[in-house]
Amino acid sequence: MASFVVNGTTVLVDVDPDTPLLWVLRDHLHLPGTRFGCGAALCGCCTVHVDGEARRSCLLPVGDIEGRSVTTIEGLGTDGLHPLQSAWLEVDVAQCGYCQSGQIMQAAALLKAIPQPTDQDIDDAMTGNLCRCGTYQRVRQAIKLAAFGSIDGVPR
Amino acid sequence: MIRNWTFTVTALLLVTLGMMTATFLATSLRGQAQTPDTQRSLAYFDRIAPVLQHPRCMNCHTSTDFPRQGDDSHPHIMNVKRGAEDLGTAALQCSTCHQKANSASGVPGNEVWHLAPLRMAWEGLSAGDICRSLTDPAKGGMTYERLIAHMATDHLVAWAWQPGNDLAGKPRSTPLISHGDFGQLVRDWVASGAACPS
Repeated sequence: MASFVVNGTTVLVDVDPDTPLLWVLRDHLHLPGTRFGCGAALCGCCTVHVDGEARRSCLLPVGDIEGRSVTTIEGLGTDGLHPLQSAWLEVDVAQCGYCQSGQIMQAAALLKAIPQPTDQDIDDAMTGNLCRCGTYQRVRQAIKLAAFGSIDGVPR
Repeated sequence: MIRNWTFTVTALLLVTLGMMTATFLATSLRGQAQTPDTQRSLAYFDRIAPVLQHPRCMNCHTSTDFPRQGDDSHPHIMNVKRGAEDLGTAALQCSTCHQKANSASGVPGNEVWHLAPLRMAWEGLSAGDICRSLTDPAKGGMTYERLIAHMATDHLVAWAWQPGNDLAGKPRSTPLISHGDFGQLVRDWVASGAACPS
């Protein structure tokens, strides 16, 4: 059994404590927004927040988050869309879209830690999130739009 | 002719005597006089040094703003950075990917996974310089008691002997002597005077 909070709701799941959080979210809690990419923390696709910090859910044993608070892409926007989700739509970041929930969750962790990040801050935070379509420039623009109100990072 | 020869021999003797005196004073000042204890202590450190210089230790005792990986000590993939507190950057911390234990996928893990602070960097140092840095306060050096505890019982240091498999599924290499023997060597090195090679 594992008990923790997901998007504000306490859940109790009958799984082996070694089960990666990703599969508990997808298969047991039916929250498919968090994606499987590599299973080895190499792509960032499965990123969620645990107590507000970015974690790769594909490797995180559910037994290690007993009583802690998990946020997935489904629960990121507390009142409608999160500013990053709105920016994502405005910039039209996604191409195939497979990686974008992980990208947005990682970017949200960045803006929580550094509300107005520099290009270097963005590089340092997003370097582990891969996009096979190569939408990196649009990812950067959307982060700047959410942080500064403009895609070039100049406050509006 | 004979007078010149006598002068030359006397001068050479004086120079040699001077060099021997200087060497003796220098080694004495460093506490490195070759007493039997010092010789024993140096012999202990000769066996300690390869462990400290093993990639499992050196990859985290880097002098760079990034960790290293593998037996070839290449920079950590993904261009991962050290961060201000040696735990990664603000939003991409070590614990974003590294769990409390090694993962079957090949990602190594430990409850306190982090880099050694830059002041404790060993990368690029000789064995003698690493030795001296261990207890040098300016380089984050420890008391002998803390040093023994770090080497013999620290959980993250112990990981070096249980590093799991790499991403290709192959067991990571470990230091050639056991952790228990290593801890005892450090104790013996300290007890014999903690001498460092020049």
